[in-house]
Amino acid sequence: MSASKKKKDANYISGKESRAISKFNRKLTKRLEKDRADANKDPALYTTRMRDPNNVVEFDNVCTYFFTDIGTVKAVDGVSFDIPKCSTVGVVGESGCGKSVTSLSLMQLLQRPQGQTAGGEIRFNIGNGEALNIVNTPTAKMQEIRGNHISMIFQEPMTSLNPVFRIGAQIDEVIKLHNPDMSKDDVKKRTLEMIELVGIADGESIYKRYPHELSGGMRQRIMIAIALACSPGLIIADEPTTALDVTIQAQILDLLRDLKDKINSSIMLITHDLGVVASMADYVVVMYAGRVVEKGTAEDIFHHPCHPYTIGLMRSKPVVGKKVDSLYNIPGSVPNPVDMPNYCYFRDRCEMRDECKGMCDGKYPPEIKINDTHVVSCYRFFETGEVLGYPKPVDVEELYHGKK
Amino acid sequence: MAKNENIVHDEYVAHGFKDAEKNPENLLVVKNLYKYFPIKSQFFKRTIGNVKAVDGVSFKIKRGTTMGLVGESGCGKSTVGRTILRLEQKTKGEVFFNGTEIFSLSKSELRKMRPKIQIIFQDPYSSLSPRLPIGEIIAEGVKEHKIVPADEVDDYVTRIMHACGLQEYHKDRYPHEFSGGQRQRICIARALALNPDFILCDEPVSALDVSIQAQVINLLRDLQKQFNLTYLFISHDLSVVEHISDTVGVMYLGNLVEYSDTDKVFAKPLHPYTKALFSAIPVPDPDYKMDRIILEGSIPSPSNPPSGCKFHTRCKECMEVCKYCQPDFMEVEPDHFCACHLYNSAERNAEFAAIVKEEKAKEAAQKAEEK
Repeated sequence: MSASKKKKDANYISGKESRAISKFNRKLTKRLEKDRADANKDPALYTTRMRDPNNVVEFDNVCTYFFTDIGTVKAVDGVSFDIPKCSTVGVVGESGCGKSVTSLSLMQLLQRPQGQTAGGEIRFNIGNGEALNIVNTPTAKMQEIRGNHISMIFQEPMTSLNPVFRIGAQIDEVIKLHNPDMSKDDVKKRTLEMIELVGIADGESIYKRYPHELSGGMRQRIMIAIALACSPGLIIADEPTTALDVTIQAQILDLLRDLKDKINSSIMLITHDLGVVASMADYVVVMYAGRVVEKGTAEDIFHHPCHPYTIGLMRSKPVVGKKVDSLYNIPGSVPNPVDMPNYCYFRDRCEMRDECKGMCDGKYPPEIKINDTHVVSCYRFFETGEVLGYPKPVDVEELYHGKK
Repeated sequence: MAKNENIVHDEYVAHGFKDAEKNPENLLVVKNLYKYFPIKSQFFKRTIGNVKAVDGVSFKIKRGTTMGLVGESGCGKSTVGRTILRLEQKTKGEVFFNGTEIFSLSKSELRKMRPKIQIIFQDPYSSLSPRLPIGEIIAEGVKEHKIVPADEVDDYVTRIMHACGLQEYHKDRYPHEFSGGQRQRICIARALALNPDFILCDEPVSALDVSIQAQVINLLRDLQKQFNLTYLFISHDLSVVEHISDTVGVMYLGNLVEYSDTDKVFAKPLHPYTKALFSAIPVPDPDYKMDRIILEGSIPSPSNPPSGCKFHTRCKECMEVCKYCQPDFMEVEPDHFCACHLYNSAERNAEFAAIVKEEKAKEAAQKAEEK
């Protein structure tokens, strides 16, 4: 009984504390919201330069926090990685590790006002050497970007299509919104082109149908058609095949790969299926508890995984053709997101702790470069690799008292 | 429709399963199971058609082993499971559990049988009552079926919870206080508490994360060894099925198209659908070149399935005979069953050729009449 009691105490918040937290959150988020709503903001405040003009997006120490009544949840805490042009980047991790929140921060579609990107920079390349810092971009400007330059394919095709509108109308809407000068006939022509592009024959009849009349695979094709309607530079695919069968999954993945080359865009592929990532991605980012623990090319991650979490993840998935007696399972569970430890987040579940020689009891490990493309956050490589720097979380108190 | 049914040869479909129920080694024998869901007309509620969810399925499961059932969504995997448990009434066919026909049992006899056959559902979030603490959820069935004397129930539940990796202090907690993996453990404990022989696992790990999946799969395997359980494991994740099961059945649109030992099916799939299905499994290795057989289109409607072999609309090796005749579910190699015309014997081929000829003649006559 004693163990359960102790656990209860750790999560207990008195009414007084709770009220104080809500008041704090309200004041802070109100200010951040006001800042974002300012449509006439000086463009100089949110335009920057890309570090490397060959990247579409650069995440630089992005911190996305949720200010809830039980405390600040650091869903994404100091995430940095790049998405190069015309390539596919796979983001892997368990549910709740912040992979979806990272993509939502890029689209500025977070649940507001609680969810805020509190720090860091997300640089999006808009050509001519110019870049937008999405963190500071006002909402009005963001609306031009969404759907036009960055678009998203959601997980569940059933819930993300509107059941009361015809398929045609839903694709038309996107094209019309971003090309207000187009005539009605041209819009329809473009829609039919898109339907054909995603491999659906008989576009005219699909144009007039409702989402419930189509199968899961067809619906996901329609979602892809909507996402590609304006030839975006970046497609975010958030678990695009999780709800589908293997045979349909294979069809959709092939389609995505072909289309990516056809319209010269990049894909940010979010998934927890390592098999899908291996067959699609050029670069892989592994996330754990809101931080990137390992990143590199697909070759690096799958053939030379270095972080104990990545290794565990690979071993816990049964692979066809490789018989094992019992699957490996990572002991323990993810730490409480409200109250993250100071040391390495994976320390308590790690089976290679001895190799760190006690260093992981100290600060959270820095990003360590092992070779040109492979970066890992684990003290096991502290002496052999090149240390790139520690993640810099935003101090919420400081943000509250702020520069203003 | 009627034309189609004439060409089905029941005696061939269940060939190889004759008297299988009399062998005490086979815990569960399913012979020629059919389950149709009627479609009612809007007025008068007349039956105007059938959704053929399960359309002739035969298999057997040996004591202490696991059978995996795979297939695309909507192919009838779950309906097979629910019908075996008599949660749905059958349309036709026989299900033998421990040598007794389940559908012949009276209400009270069935009630006695119930604790022996248990189920674990797919979604651990919706299959636990949010208003009962865990201890009561597990004890409910134990009390109802008087598995142990009333004063020992509490200890018994504790023992079962320990076996499933739950602690005693979890008893007073409610389902919402647990994570997905823990909840699935509770569902397993609930099924296990009734001391069953057979557990139907209906996609028990598809709602869970990869690392949690491994925990639950390992738990299921340990319990199987400990309590000598028999599982029917329904899943669409082929790698999980390969890992856990001893035999595998592949379903397509209500029919079992291939059924054999796991090693045989994965090493040398016979049916074209199985081949296509296995080639689509993503392998976590970037250098692996997939030799993929892409299936065109999607699964046809089960209320109006294609005539003949149901897979012929998407099959790469479709022949003339496939369009008219349903293939037999036959033993191609010892203990390797497959329903495909590619493996017909010469005599059977001659018989089928005669039927095809007849059908074609009929069609031609019909056309001539129309003219």
